[in-house]
Amino acid sequence: MSDPVLDVRGLAYAYPDGHQALYGVNLHVHRGERVALLGPNGAGKTTLVLHLNGILTAGAGSVAVSGLPVAKDTLQEVRRRVGVVFQDPDDQLFMPSVRADVEFGPANLGVRGPELDRRVVDALDRVGMADFIDRPPHHLSFGQRRRVAVATVLAMEPEVLVLDEPSSNLDPASRRELADIIRSLDVTVLMVTHDLPYAYELCPRSVVLSDGVVVADGTTRDVLTDDALMRAHRLELPFGFDPRTIPAP
Amino acid sequence: MGASHGHHLHVHGHSPVHHLPAHTKIVALVTFVLVVVATPRQHAWAFAVYAALLLGVVGLARVPFGHLGRRMVVEVPFVVFAVLLPFVASGPKVQVGPFSVSEPGLLASWGLLAKGTLGVLASLTLAATTEPRDVLAGLERLRLPQQLVQIFGFMMRYLEVVTGELKRMRIARESRGFRARSLGSWPALASTVGALFIRSYERGERIHLAMLSRGYTGRLPMTHTLTATPAQWRLAAALPAAALLTLAAAVTL
Repeated sequence: MSDPVLDVRGLAYAYPDGHQALYGVNLHVHRGERVALLGPNGAGKTTLVLHLNGILTAGAGSVAVSGLPVAKDTLQEVRRRVGVVFQDPDDQLFMPSVRADVEFGPANLGVRGPELDRRVVDALDRVGMADFIDRPPHHLSFGQRRRVAVATVLAMEPEVLVLDEPSSNLDPASRRELADIIRSLDVTVLMVTHDLPYAYELCPRSVVLSDGVVVADGTTRDVLTDDALMRAHRLELPFGFDPRTIPAP
Repeated sequence: MGASHGHHLHVHGHSPVHHLPAHTKIVALVTFVLVVVATPRQHAWAFAVYAALLLGVVGLARVPFGHLGRRMVVEVPFVVFAVLLPFVASGPKVQVGPFSVSEPGLLASWGLLAKGTLGVLASLTLAATTEPRDVLAGLERLRLPQQLVQIFGFMMRYLEVVTGELKRMRIARESRGFRARSLGSWPALASTVGALFIRSYERGERIHLAMLSRGYTGRLPMTHTLTATPAQWRLAAALPAAALLTLAAAVTL
């Protein structure tokens, strides 16, 4: 078997103020998988995500991306391989036009000329936003901005897409459109979310992080139907949603 | 909120003025304004020629005069100062209607008003015919330091986000019965500003993270360099060149 796309071993991290967020996390994600990362607020999900592309450096343990260890001299390549889409698209889209924003990532990697144009158009096509290429981001709707945020990362042709709360603040139609887009991408996905039906719909596998450790790792159906586990880690299904009555997608 | 926003300065169009590369227009604007400022104020007819030239450009760009007229109000504080000048300046007095005003003050006031108005009108014309992001690209092309260009760029991008945040905070304040009526409400207003500062600072940190995540190393990548043909430079130079000739004529005649 080839190297996992994400290989996290014994990862521990404490913030400079002394607050320890991760206590030995193990996580393996293989090529083509879509994995949901679940857990209550403050479980360390965002801290874990920031280790995956080397924004934070492991206190103990290791992170490797397709066999490449995350270290100072590999940061640029790691950030190409791991595309993180942050929760607030206004944080992600900081350039004056959609085109400039989608160009930003690949241009940092040294891509120029027709290849750059191809990547930008291609990435925007994949999220259905090609018609908005010359618009300023702040003139788009929230759902459109989130899709452009996904495109800014797709243009870097990453091996794994990390989505932080992809469905937050979306209206139901935008939420479904984004699900269709995520399903249509042939890329490995790690999705941090509180939206359990969304996790069930999109991710065959779920990992539960609680108090800085992985407490469950299995099929999303098994995780969501384990009442004791769910209760112990402040996870609750929304009213009326019962995965037992819904066939796995 | 909308009226204060930069993008409302722009008037979409396809005139020759719109199509000129931004950096040629910026150079033309700066040169034109320098010539206007350098003109001694007693040559009133030279200012009339400048105004005619500038209005010619506005006409060529097909920017509605009403659009520029309304935006000329930014000049008002300046006008007030210029109007007060003849009353407060010293020197020999002249009688204007019922008022006795200072003659050098009157002259200075006229000079300020004429030069200021021409400068504002010229800047508005640039803004009306150039998208804000093109102005930015033009400044970058003219080798303005990257940091400054980046700061302008972020300002443009986040002005609306921050004003939106401020507006939501105001609505939340007023929804709880707050009315800014007296000095007593200043602490609440001050903490709003404080909270906005903290929020913007934190947003800045998150944006930086998002930039690092996409391989940012401290410089914005230059992807498209603006280029101008000699013909475009000549076209852009027409206005400042005509102004310069006028100045030369005014000084030698």
